[in-house]
Formats: sequence, structure tokens, C-alpha cells
Amino acid sequence: MNTGTDRVKRGMAEMQKGGVIMDVVNAEQAKIAEEAGAVAVMALERVPSDIRAAGGVARMADPRIMEEVMQAVTIPVMAKARIGHIVEARVLEAMGVDYIDESEVLTPADEEYHLLKSDFTVPFVCGCRDLGEAARRIGEGAAMLRTKGEPGTGNIVEAVRHIRKVNAQLRKVVHMNEDELMTEAKLLGAPYEVLLQIKREGRLPVVNFAAGGVATPADAALMMQLGADGVFVGSGIFKSDNPAKFAKAIVEATTHYQDYKLIAELSKDLGTAMKGIEISTLEPAARMQDRGW
Amino acid sequence: MLKIGVLGLQGAVREHIRSIEASGAEGIVVKKVEQLAALDGLILPGGESTTMRRLVDRYGFMEPLREFGRQGKPMFGTCAGLIMLANHIVGYDEPHIGLMDITVERNSFGRQRESFETNLSVEGIADSYTAVFIRAPHIVSVGEGTEVLAEYEGRIVAARDRNFLACSFHPELTDDHSITKYFVQMAEQAKLTHV
Repeated sequence: MNTGTDRVKRGMAEMQKGGVIMDVVNAEQAKIAEEAGAVAVMALERVPSDIRAAGGVARMADPRIMEEVMQAVTIPVMAKARIGHIVEARVLEAMGVDYIDESEVLTPADEEYHLLKSDFTVPFVCGCRDLGEAARRIGEGAAMLRTKGEPGTGNIVEAVRHIRKVNAQLRKVVHMNEDELMTEAKLLGAPYEVLLQIKREGRLPVVNFAAGGVATPADAALMMQLGADGVFVGSGIFKSDNPAKFAKAIVEATTHYQDYKLIAELSKDLGTAMKGIEISTLEPAARMQDRGW
Repeated sequence: MLKIGVLGLQGAVREHIRSIEASGAEGIVVKKVEQLAALDGLILPGGESTTMRRLVDRYGFMEPLREFGRQGKPMFGTCAGLIMLANHIVGYDEPHIGLMDITVERNSFGRQRESFETNLSVEGIADSYTAVFIRAPHIVSVGEGTEVLAEYEGRIVAARDRNFLACSFHPELTDDHSITKYFVQMAEQAKLTHV
């Protein structure tokens, strides 16, 4: 009997496919998310837009919040640790959190190295903006990926940029000759073995969700159409006027992302979505996507 | 060619399609109720059973799925799919589809960090089968007519009751297609008897 194998860790993410993972800050929100059909919840102290507003150092949430959320729902519970913060990650693992997000939404603890995720029994999800970053995280043992987008902005443009980039680079690798692969690995900053596996299987070896800026049902469906395996929604749901209705609409739009009449129905009378931030107005230091190496 | 559907509302759908095709049948992703009529068998994949149930209700799949099973057409549930098929779920008053004579308990091996893989013997299918358990349920007890196909540490993890097949683990996550092949044969036989 073996726990924490690649198959067990990656398989867990496979079971989430076609689903929506929602940020929640308490048991009550977690129940709303579960009721709406979320495949998992991300337990946080603050959603990204509030982290942005609060400023200062953002850390792992109070374990009490994770505990409450884990007791409130039967779907898997994820939580965020700071990039490179070995102890926050071990604490979350010890608590029995089902998946850890080594996340750029929190202030990095290490500006050079990420966690060696293959060392853990609990699986990890990590952000990526291109195939090099995706392959480095897989090389470290990430069992699931997500586009970074720009968290807490309610602006989908960065998530779109990132998933297009990853998939364009993926297509290139799959179709190139094997003798060209080492140079491609050098150019992308990607581990050669991971690229070789991608080329042979014709796809990423792990699931890739979209995250960072999904604010409406149409945004979620757009990311699915661009090839995401599922969607993370952070600030979008519980910053909207009617979270329960909004959450349900996002779940349905993700399942039926090509049923445009349905998406039109779902989008009616949802109230105001989060206001959102134009990316060019963000100071460089406020861009979360640039965290990670 | 035999047509086997995979309920495609959420979960590991693509892997099952691949396994069905490797077993010599046509795999069809089922997102709409109207697609059920053309199928010779249906797989309920792994995923989140709570989520799947909500989507089944919302799209009016519940009665058509029950009708599909009552017609004698084979259904195969893996992990969350097993929970969907069971007629009793420990701690819940109502089952989901509830056609298979078994009682299941959810998340009975613990949380994700306790998820595991191991080798099992599956009665009449394989002597050593690599079974991947992810936040898996187990079968607490089976009805009189239900055949136990596999056990792990005294817990039932695979069973067959008439046209219903179910397992706690994920055959779609390995390259061993023997259980899917067994299900395709069930569908073949059912088709012969009903034509």
C-alpha cells in the first residue's frame, strides 16, 4: 500500500475536472459553495481582492478557519501556503488539508526557491504563466497547475494571456522533432524530462485549471473554451451581490461552456459583478503574477 | 460497434473514454438526457459525488438514469459513481440513483493524504490489479443477489448486482483496461438478450 504517489496526487486533481473551486473565508461560505456544486473550496483568511486592499504581508490563514471549513463540508478543502514556506505547508499537511496551493497571492517566503513538493504526501497546485514555469513546477512535484492570471482584479485578460501562452508552447513542443527538444528546454527554462513526457503523451501530465480574474459565468466558460480543465474563482463569488446565485451560475457555465443560450439565461439579473481593476493601473509591485521563479 | 457513454457533467471523463476505446467500444461523453437512448451501457465516473448529484438534478437526469438501469442496460460506477448507484448511503436518508443493492460509506479511508494505491485480486477479472483509491468510499454490505468482486483489508471495494457494476477505486487512472473490458462484455451480453 502506497500513499502520496504521483498517481494518487494527480488523480485527485483529475476528479476535479470540469468543476469550479471556490475561495471561502468561513464555514457559512463553504456551505454555500458546496450547495452550488463547487468541486472543492479554498479556505482563506481573506479573498485576493481584500488581500490587495489590506496590503502588508499575506500569510497562511488561521488554522481555525481551515478546521471550521473542513468540518462544514464533505467536498475537498484546499488551502494556501506562501511560496517556499516549508513550515506553513507542513502545518497544512498535518491538519489534513486535501490540497495545498503554493500561491503567489500570499507574500512569498522565499524569493529564489519553491517547495520540493515531491517530498510531501499531500498534493500541490501551483500557478503558471508559460510552459517553462509549468514544467518547473511539475519538476518540483506539483500535481496540478493553474494559470496565474492576476488575482483579485476581476479582470480576465491575464488569465487568457497565460492559458493561451501555455497551450501555444505545448502545441509547439508536441509537434517538434525530438532532437530539437533540448534547445527548447533551455529556451523555456523547463526540465528536459518533463518536456519529453509532454511530447510523448501529447499533453501536460497534470490537470491545468484557470485562475486569476474570473468574475462572471461568461469568464468561466471562456477559460474552459480556451482549454482549461476547470476554474478557480476567488473574489468573484462572495464579492458579488448574490453569492449563492452567482456560484450556481458559474458552476453551470463551466459544465456547459458551449451552450450560449444557457449562459445568457444564467447571466440574467445576477446583480453587479465585482468592480474590477484595469491591469495597466497596477503598480509593478502590486502584480501578484510576477511572484514565482 | 457497442456504444458506451460516460456521464460527462464533472470528473474523470476523458480517462474513461480512453479506456472504453481501448476495450473496443465507442466512447461517448453524455451531457444531455437525449443522448442516453442510443447507449448500450453507461459509466458514472469518479469526481465529486455532491457536485455530480447537484448537476444530475439540475439537468433532469435522475429519472432517465433510473429508467436506463431498470431497462437492464449496464451501468458502471467508479468511486463517486459507486456512491451515485448505491441504494443506501451511511449517514444519509436518501440514496442518489439508488439502483444497486449495496450500502456505501463515503470518504471511508480518510482524507486525501490517506489516499493510496495497492494491488488487489478482482474476482473473475484480474489476479493482480493496481487499484488507485482517492478519498474513496467502501461498500459496507451487499444484498443477497450481489456478488463481491474485490476486498481490501476486509472492506468490500468492488461488486456486481445484476446489470450494475461498481468499484471504490479508479480503473480509469491506470493502463490496465481489464475491468472496463469486463463492463463492455456486460453491455454486449445485455444487448444480445434484449434484442
